[in-house]
Amino acid sequence: MAILDKHKILETNATLLLIFSFLVVTIGGIVQITPLFYLENTIEKVEGMRPYTPLEMAGREIYIREGCYTCHSQMIRPMRDEVERYGHYSLAAESMYDHPFQWGSKRTGPDLARVGGRYSDQWQVDHLRDPQSVVPESVMPKYGFLEHRKIDGKYIGDIMAANAMVGTPYTDEMLENAQADFRAQADPDSDYDGLLERYGDKVNVRNFDGQPELTEADALVAYLQMLGTLVDFSTFTPDASR
Amino acid sequence: MSKTPEKQPGDPNTTGHSWDGIEEFDNPMPRWWLWTFYATIIWGVIYTIMYPAWPLVQSATAGVLGWSSRELVQQEMVAFEEANAPWNAKLVETSLEDIAKDTELQQYAVNAGGAVFRTWCAQCHGSGAQGAPGFPNLLDDAWLWGGSLEDIEYTVAYGIRNEESDDARYSEMPAFGEILEHDEITQVVQYVMSLTNAQTDDAAAQAGKVVFEDNCAACHGEDGTGDIFQGAPNLTDAIWLFGGSEEALTETVTNSRFGVMPSWENRLTDAQIRAVSAYVHQLGGGQ
Repeated sequence: MAILDKHKILETNATLLLIFSFLVVTIGGIVQITPLFYLENTIEKVEGMRPYTPLEMAGREIYIREGCYTCHSQMIRPMRDEVERYGHYSLAAESMYDHPFQWGSKRTGPDLARVGGRYSDQWQVDHLRDPQSVVPESVMPKYGFLEHRKIDGKYIGDIMAANAMVGTPYTDEMLENAQADFRAQADPDSDYDGLLERYGDKVNVRNFDGQPELTEADALVAYLQMLGTLVDFSTFTPDASR
Repeated sequence: MSKTPEKQPGDPNTTGHSWDGIEEFDNPMPRWWLWTFYATIIWGVIYTIMYPAWPLVQSATAGVLGWSSRELVQQEMVAFEEANAPWNAKLVETSLEDIAKDTELQQYAVNAGGAVFRTWCAQCHGSGAQGAPGFPNLLDDAWLWGGSLEDIEYTVAYGIRNEESDDARYSEMPAFGEILEHDEITQVVQYVMSLTNAQTDDAAAQAGKVVFEDNCAACHGEDGTGDIFQGAPNLTDAIWLFGGSEEALTETVTNSRFGVMPSWENRLTDAQIRAVSAYVHQLGGGQ
């Protein structure tokens, strides 16, 4: 074991020790991380995933800003009680455009991975304004102020461009029309054909918060009403080897 | 600087490492510790053979046991589905009216329906089905869209005013703020309040009767008792979805208000929809 007797060289040369420690950590990292990039079953291919619309993206930013993730997870685990309560277990593909993902590990409130379409817009607005008015046993704080904060999507294109930089497939057309699409989604009287053309026919176009102005509540509700509704599960066959 | 102490008799050997004259005794690890350590290494190797672990070129090793979380949940779901299958089949086959005649089936429907209700319906209608402002109470005998078993089942399956289902129940009260004068709204609100014997300005209520007949009676009926085919509420029963105060009624007439209910046909099975309909029907208000 001649080579093992040479540790004194490493232990007495700080720089050499640093270089070799770094090498060891690098090898460990490569072994754990690299396969995730090429293994085909890491993110299975599913029908229906699309990048978030500008309004949904703004809602997501509000969701993160308000720290919703500290009480709500967005990952339904493959266990019967979860599937019965929340719906089909979450797939990796469903958070492929999340930078960063919102899986979470703490559930003071329920999981929100499939909350989209489960309640009416009015319920969402009432619930944000005063959670206890609809769910008396809730401990959620009130978020009524979101209804009074007007937004115009001035910087939403920048946020989308940043997401595009880390891999979300926003096209140039999507980025150019970001602000127009942002407004169109919350105004059913507007010309929203372009929005549907770019993001698909399933995009919800409604006045989400019921007020004439475009507010943060509109964006957040638009985001919540989309959650978990994108993947077309009729075309999905689970790969058991996961 | 103190001098390095002389080696005492009985001291273990040193490791041979010497740092600034400091030497280190070569004390072996306790045996139990050492063997536990080796055991964890062996256990780790076996574990990665038994369970999915090692990344290869195309996929990761599946593990000798063939364990899969997705398959487990699938098996568990199927096991419960199969256990309930005879009951669910019976529930779907039996006509709605006859469910209650079969005591055992009704018991199953109410229990299963109660579970469905607490999971999917309670957030809006309340865990005791008592409702909330804007979300109807299901315990009383006031029904917007009908309280028969068929009506309830239809409402649950297709929902109300949603965009998911083409069969959803649909009606929309116009925002009369754009149609009536301010005075007329004040008058009609007074008239509607008079229907439930609330304190009103009689003269205004009298004038409001004309406004009501011209604008509201088509849906709410000449006598204000509503129309379940249009989801037009009964205005004479003092049961208010959005509040019966002068202020609340003025807001409702001016801007119009109506609820939206999701469609459940794609989220729940036929048996679940039947079960929850039977559950809601027997809560007290079923017709």
